[in-house]
Formats: sequence, structure tokens, C-alpha cells
Amino acid sequence: MTKKIAFDSNNFTLSSGKSIFPLEIAYETFGKLNKERTNAILICHALTGEQYVSDINPITKKPGWWDILVGKNKPIDTSKYFIICPNVIGGCMGSTGPTSINPKTKQPYGLAFPVITIHDMVKSQVLLIDHLEIDKLLSVIGGSMGGMQVLEWMSSFPKRIKSAIPIATAANHSSQNIAFHEVGRQAIMADPNWHDGKYFEYKIVPEKGLSVARMAAHITYLSEMALQNKFGRNLQDRSIKTFSFDADFQVESYLRYQGINFVKRFDANTYLYLTRAMDYFDLISENGGVLANAFNDLKASICVISFSGDWLFPTSESKKIVHALNAKGVDVSFIDIESNKGHDAFLMDEPDMFLTINGFLQAQFDK
Amino acid sequence: MNKNRHDFLIIKEMVSNNSRVLDIGCDDGSLLKMLQESKNANTRGIEISPDKVNLCLAKGISAVQGDANQDLEMYPEDSFDFVILSKTLQSMIEPKKMLEELLRIGKNAIVSIPNFGHWKVRLYLSIYGRMPVTPSLPATWYNTENIHLCTINDFIHLCSELQIEIIKSVALDKNGNLLNFANRIRSVNLIGEQAIFLLKRK
Repeated sequence: MTKKIAFDSNNFTLSSGKSIFPLEIAYETFGKLNKERTNAILICHALTGEQYVSDINPITKKPGWWDILVGKNKPIDTSKYFIICPNVIGGCMGSTGPTSINPKTKQPYGLAFPVITIHDMVKSQVLLIDHLEIDKLLSVIGGSMGGMQVLEWMSSFPKRIKSAIPIATAANHSSQNIAFHEVGRQAIMADPNWHDGKYFEYKIVPEKGLSVARMAAHITYLSEMALQNKFGRNLQDRSIKTFSFDADFQVESYLRYQGINFVKRFDANTYLYLTRAMDYFDLISENGGVLANAFNDLKASICVISFSGDWLFPTSESKKIVHALNAKGVDVSFIDIESNKGHDAFLMDEPDMFLTINGFLQAQFDK
Repeated sequence: MNKNRHDFLIIKEMVSNNSRVLDIGCDDGSLLKMLQESKNANTRGIEISPDKVNLCLAKGISAVQGDANQDLEMYPEDSFDFVILSKTLQSMIEPKKMLEELLRIGKNAIVSIPNFGHWKVRLYLSIYGRMPVTPSLPATWYNTENIHLCTINDFIHLCSELQIEIIKSVALDKNGNLLNFANRIRSVNLIGEQAIFLLKRK
């Protein structure tokens, strides 16, 4: 069951200088907090994820996005650890975001919602663990945008974590990453149903735009080889080309399906906000161009994980993080997992990643 | 590899208590685990095999997957009290540069080498006229990783050329018995199967 808490946002200023009233966080927990309160692990979700990390997602009726990894007797064992997974602020699954009702207008915020940063997300997560009376998290774990949140924890709240596992992520977005996000945002804004973000007033959704945004992004989550192996040039339910713009190729049909399904569960304005948060994230420039300075007070043990076939957040980005941590003498481990599945490998059945996470967490718990 | 490896015990004697230690090619982390337990060392490992990195992590040994030929540059000067390179100098692309790197990032380095001056090696080459294949160096010339083999004597010369001080040197015969080094380099170079050096910048 998703729980929801509201915080007094008088003391919560966003990076933009603005505040949100009220500030609510929706979250799920799995397992039990031990008496010593030392077995809590925070899992940070990626761009289009939510709090449904384990068990069945009540909205899609499908297993949670990391159910393969998180659960009873799974690598992140909920019979041993207490798992907390919040929806990020700015999200659309219960935490305050662009779809929330603006108390002033009694309408959804839409574009009146302030721009949110990764730092804001993490600052709100600190309120959540304060509320749960957890002084120090055993670990904070996440991939992609979730990994950015992990890095932010390491940089801004180092004393609140015993360990951290940033996966398939980077200290900032490359120009190419920003470019892909901009294509997605422009696709949404070009949809006439978007109505400058006020589509709720018209009781419609910019489905086409959001769907195209998802299709473009989805390509970046897979590797060329993964697409080629899965679809090649195979035709979809037909033996010859139709000489039309129908989805002749399987890969076209697959992408359309991805787009249509995404629209059912995700909000277009939220997509604008969260992609922006990722683009703005930059631990390097925020620290005078020296990433190592982001980790001055970090005493936690860190395990950085990358995937060899990930071209969106390539291994070299993870190595930069490892390099910076080494420069500060931080207790860091690093593993680059051989995989041809692309960026999405971190969400898939990757036995080596499971071994790494399981072994590292156990050693941290025993320490 | 196991905790009873003779060279492990010698390395242990060279490492002082509570020091920061980097083991290059740390394998499954056995040596570092031993140094944590017996010397309260603050340890790190570099290991090229991801499977072995996972073995380290499960033991609570921090390890970075990487290639020492490229990745040492990511460590600042004097990052460690001791940098250990056990039996891998001879497989490095640039052993000389490697030795300098070890003593840039570490205040001390502990380096062990297989001795190519051992009498069996010399005998093999002189009798058969072919590249030596011995129990301690069992690979043939075309598939060996040991692309830069040297003798104990060669190594001592390189250290003096690089202005590296040899603080301690220990050689072992094939049974793991310690050989006395003092003033007997010629004979140690003949009967030592491997040697371990504690090094420092001059």
C-alpha cells in the first residue's frame, strides 16, 4: 500500500528559490525496520519509474520495476532489509508534481509547477527518512536518474548513508543526453493537444507527443545490437512490404506499442519536468569543475556499477566518478558488467549485477 | 590462492599496522583480507576480472575493476602507504613506468617477481636452446603473459637506475624457504625462485 506524508514546506525551499504547498511524498516500504534501525535501504527510481519497486504494481498489474532484484530471498532481500521507495517530487505517482492540485487555482499545477532538481528530490527524501526516524541508511541504491539521486546523497547528505550504489549513471548529462531529452520535450510541446501544458482544462492528453517522446527515448535505452538481435528487419504480421507508412517492420510496431503503453501510465508535463531535472544535474560544475570536491565529507562505502553496452551512460562516466572518489580516498569499489543490452540492462536479469549488489550489501550490513 | 602462500606471509611482515594498502591484481582479496585482520590495514584492490571483484565485495574488500596498465593514473600522489604488486610486474606493458607509478601513488611499494636467473631457467636455455619452461614459469613463449621477465639482479639494477631505495629484499627457494640476501646476490640470483622487495623513493 502506498503511504503518503505531507511536510511543512515552509522550511523547504527548492533550488529555484520557490516553495511548494503542500509538499507530499508517496512511498512504499517492503520488509521490516529492525530494532536498531540499521537495515533501511532507500531505492531511488529512474525517469519513468515510481515507488512500485517490488511486488505487483497495482496500476499496471505487472511485477514492480525491480521485482526481479527486490523481494523475499532476492538479491536485495526484504526478509533482511527494510526497503523504502518514494516517488520523486515532481513525479506523477502520488508525490507532489505537475499533476497535483494547485491550492490557489483548484486546478492541476501544469507548467505553474516550479522546476525541480535532483537536489530537491533528495532533500525531500531526507525529510522522509527523518519522518521514519532513520538516522543512517544502510544504503541508497538507484540506476540512471536514480543513480543521480544516489550521487546527490553522497555529495549533500554523506553523514546519513553507510553505503551507496550508483548504477549506470553520471555526474552530469552529456550534450547528447540533453539533446535526446530536448527531442522528447519538443515532441510533447508540438502536440496540439498539449495546450501550453493546460491539457487538463480540455480534458485531453497530448498522447501523440508523449508517445513519440517515449519512442525516441526508448531507442537510447537499448543497444544497437539488442534491437538488431530482437527485430532485425523482420516484418510485423505480414510477408511483404505494404508500400505504405503502416508499421511494416517489427521494430516500428514495438516502438509504437511502447509509446502507447507509456501514455497510459505517465503524464506529459511530468516528463518535461523530470527530464529537465536530469539535464540540470551537474555535480562537476557545482563543485568548481572538480568532481572530487563533491565528496569532501564522504565516509560511506561506495559501489559504482556500469554496463559495457550502455551508450547513454557509458562506462567512462562511471569511471569519472570512481576517479573522483579515489582522489578523496573514499572507500570505493567499481564493476563494469559485460552486457549488450544497453542502458536498460540495469533493469534486467543481470546475474553479475545481482551478485555484486547482494555481496556488497551483505558486507556493509555485517560491518 | 590461499592464506598460506609464503609470499603473503612475507608481505604481511613488510606492511606496518594501520596503513593504507593498495593491492594491484588483488585476485579474490585474500591478501587484503589477511592484512585487514592482522594489520588493521585500510585496503583497496584493483582487479581486472569482474568475477574476482565480486568475490572481493562479498568478503567486504573494496575493489575496483580495472587494468593497472591504465588505471593507476586515477590515484593522486601518496594515496597509499603501501602499494603491492605481486608477481605481475613482468606481465606489465611498461614495467619501468609501472614501478615509477607505484612509488608515485604509494609511499612504499612491495613488488614480487619470479626470478628468471634461477639455475633451472639458465640450464634449460643452455641445454635445450629453447625458451625455458619450468614448474614456476610453466607457460611457453608464445602464450605466456610474462612479456617482461627479469632476474633478481636485473631488478636491483633497475631500482638503482630509477633512484629507488630497496629497504628490504627477501628471496624464496622452490620450497618457500627464505634465502639470506646479504652480500650474496650472485647466489640468491641462482637459487631464488622468486624475490620480494620493499621499495621506497630515495
